[in-house]
Amino acid sequence: MRTDTGFLRNLGMRRSSSDEWRRERLDRGLKVRTEGLYAVSSWREMLYLVGPRAALIVGLLLLPLVAPNLYWQRVLCVAGAYALLAITFDFLANYVGLVCVGGAFMTGVGGYVSGIFTFYLGFPWPVSMLLGTVLGAALVTLLWLPSLPLRGIYFAILTFMFPFLARGIILALDAFGGTLGLGPVAGPDNIWLENYMVIIVMLVAVFGLRRLVGEDTGIMFLGVKDNDVAVQASGISITRVKAKGLFIGALGGCFAGAYIVHLYNFMGTSLFATDFSILPIAATVMGGSGTLAGPMLGALILTPLSELLRGFGQLRVVLYALVLIGFIMFKPEGILNWLTRKYHQFEQWKKV
Amino acid sequence: MAHEKILEVTDLSKSFGGVRAVDGVSFTLDRGEIMGVIGPNGSGKTSLVNLITGFVKPTSGRVVFKGHDITGKPPHKIVDCGIARTFQVMRPYGSLPAYKNLIVPLTSPRVRHATGGRLGDRDAVAIDILEEVGFERDAYVPYKIASSLPLGYLKRLELARCLALRPELIICDEVFSGLSMAEIATMVPVVERLAAGGITLIMIEHRLRELFSLANRVIVLNFGKKLADGPPDEVMERDEVKAAYMGTEVAAV
Amino acid sequence: MDVLIYGVINSVVYMLMALGFTLVYGVSRLPNFAHGALYVLTGFLTWTFVNNLNLNYFLSIIITLVIVSLLGAGLYAFVLKRVRGMPVSEIIVSFAIALIILEGLRLQDIGPFKGFIGSSYALPAFIEGTVSIAGVTVDYQRLIIIAVGAVLVVGMWVFTRHQKVGLAFRGMAQDERAAMMLGIDSDRMAVVALAVGSALAGVAAITVYPLGQITAESGYHVLNAALAVCIVGGLGSWMGAILASFIFGFATTAAAFFGAPRYQDVILFALIVLVLIVRPSGLFGRQKELEERV
Repeated sequence: MRTDTGFLRNLGMRRSSSDEWRRERLDRGLKVRTEGLYAVSSWREMLYLVGPRAALIVGLLLLPLVAPNLYWQRVLCVAGAYALLAITFDFLANYVGLVCVGGAFMTGVGGYVSGIFTFYLGFPWPVSMLLGTVLGAALVTLLWLPSLPLRGIYFAILTFMFPFLARGIILALDAFGGTLGLGPVAGPDNIWLENYMVIIVMLVAVFGLRRLVGEDTGIMFLGVKDNDVAVQASGISITRVKAKGLFIGALGGCFAGAYIVHLYNFMGTSLFATDFSILPIAATVMGGSGTLAGPMLGALILTPLSELLRGFGQLRVVLYALVLIGFIMFKPEGILNWLTRKYHQFEQWKKV
Repeated sequence: MAHEKILEVTDLSKSFGGVRAVDGVSFTLDRGEIMGVIGPNGSGKTSLVNLITGFVKPTSGRVVFKGHDITGKPPHKIVDCGIARTFQVMRPYGSLPAYKNLIVPLTSPRVRHATGGRLGDRDAVAIDILEEVGFERDAYVPYKIASSLPLGYLKRLELARCLALRPELIICDEVFSGLSMAEIATMVPVVERLAAGGITLIMIEHRLRELFSLANRVIVLNFGKKLADGPPDEVMERDEVKAAYMGTEVAAV
Repeated sequence: MDVLIYGVINSVVYMLMALGFTLVYGVSRLPNFAHGALYVLTGFLTWTFVNNLNLNYFLSIIITLVIVSLLGAGLYAFVLKRVRGMPVSEIIVSFAIALIILEGLRLQDIGPFKGFIGSSYALPAFIEGTVSIAGVTVDYQRLIIIAVGAVLVVGMWVFTRHQKVGLAFRGMAQDERAAMMLGIDSDRMAVVALAVGSALAGVAAITVYPLGQITAESGYHVLNAALAVCIVGGLGSWMGAILASFIFGFATTAAAFFGAPRYQDVILFALIVLVLIVRPSGLFGRQKELEERV
């Protein structure tokens, strides 16, 4: 372990007539070069570390209170659902190596399964939501399982197709309400409960997953994503690890679906809308791939934005797509990564 | 001393399109042997290893390990049976400390079964294993970031990765290549220790001198076929072997 | 008999939809999720040229095909090239572009743009009228579909065996590194592949659209059809794509004729799941990945 007061990176040279200037980035003294380890020796340094995380938690918990009216609180609910989907996408794509272009399938399955429990079987909504999440995730994992031993593209294609197929089947069989959907599905019906439920789940997801990937399980996922030959040579079945990762991710997506069904007290094929597939991806790219918290923030930004554009029809989808392409091409690291870098480093011009 | 047949390879072949990478190779290996596999570049040595360890499916032939047919099984299952291999091109987890690189093998089903699920502190076990292959504990070498380690250490990390799996057979794919004389001098004792610990070894090598000091038996491959099989000095005297390495004119001399 | 003829027709429809996608993936390993969007765009542009600009029908077709090819090429040169090699980004970028095009076409009343929804857009058939084959009434357009399909397949076959660019395609498809070592420029090939692939999507659109309406929805439908064909047939395999097209074509036709036309999606789903369980990489799929990397 080394503590550096400066870790220089040569960013670029600038020549003036007589001097050469070089822009360099220095790590703030606290950050040590070993992953995740910090040499903390004072309250101030502790604050430096805990500060952002605390700000995030407090900020999120305060959001429902600062929302201007009921309408925006509802928007916050939906934003929360999208945030979960975004966290799921980020986890699956950047930690497990599975690019899920069909988050809508997870919302659909989670939504319908939980909705069935509440609507047909009369289960209380917490139980239905739990069952919808777990059973839904199991079903999703099972259906996408055959593509796991294959190249990543197969998985992506499968995830893309399934929301459309599922919607088609439900319409064809006129099952579960068919085109019209089913309702009313009894839900919490208390805006504060709905708000805080999704916020808590979001925080649990972000911090929980961060913990997970920090532990040894994370090394396994990383290996499967980047170095699967070595992992296989170490006696681990890649398919099994991927399936585990997929199940964990699907829990998030299915919960989002279950939540939405009980939020709107309605279940229908709109659960398979492409919005649920594309907004999380745009949120992830914009918020910062790989950070888990960035996608959450991205969703919290994009969802209200799209609400504002509701009057313009499909423009919002075009917007997501444009945001996505823009960020991928010009700022692929995303907002949170950029912020983190700024927080941990500062730039200065130094005369050479 | 019981001579237990640990590995039996029968008529193993692999064709890629029109090219026969491995052509009807057969041999038997006793437990505790150190067998070298040599041959010119492209003679099929690494392909042979890939076939035995399940990374490539053979076109024909059989591989039997400890009496069980493991032909064509997936790599992780073969590790489960007790065979580990090193890779010529290593890709450790560069951004992690060396000992963290052993976590993955230590969580494998094989280790879980061997220890009954009670392995204890994985990190401590990892550092112990690294010490066995020569990572100096006092100098905190096991804690160094993998990407900062010199080649000699990386090669030993590969062996450590195999050791972590508690194998009965280790196939070493060119563990001496690319090393300086000093590094080789530290590597040889490690290999000897592995053998002394009861592990059977197959060593693919180009550095014949070191190999012959370790191995008491050698097979020679060329164009995927097995040319010779026996003690090193005997094998190197054979005309076919000389021709393979140096060309037919020299061999005729 | 009905089933046989319409089965063939529907199979060729599937095949036409899948050809462009298969080509692009086979040559440059790029999953072009904008395939469906290019299809719809062709229909839309042709319609605009014919109805709003009053151009001759065939002239419109030619112009549109050129535009769409250029668009495909530009898609690669300006966007996809930057993200090539990162499978995550390739998929989501091409999907994003598809969305921009498809959903963009659905916009209404943005300035002078009037949007493109509803079911009142259709392309006329090339030749009106029907003919009777073996007692079955078939319209000419459907026969044209078969003819176009056959011409394209044969054309592709000849192209990839005898023309320099086609041979380069085959080389790239088999082994990209080796092809590059032989002097084939991977980027340039990708541009050409995307241009040709887009044109193929366009040809498919022009031939098949006269049978129905032009809708933005069809963009998703076409993409899903192409993907389904590739999954079942095996990514990158021509034979697989053709075979899978016929499987789907006959399965859906049989379903329609034996009284269950609504179940087409179900059948598609069942077929896909079945193939995935039995042969995950598709009927003719090659799963050489691990062997290449060890």
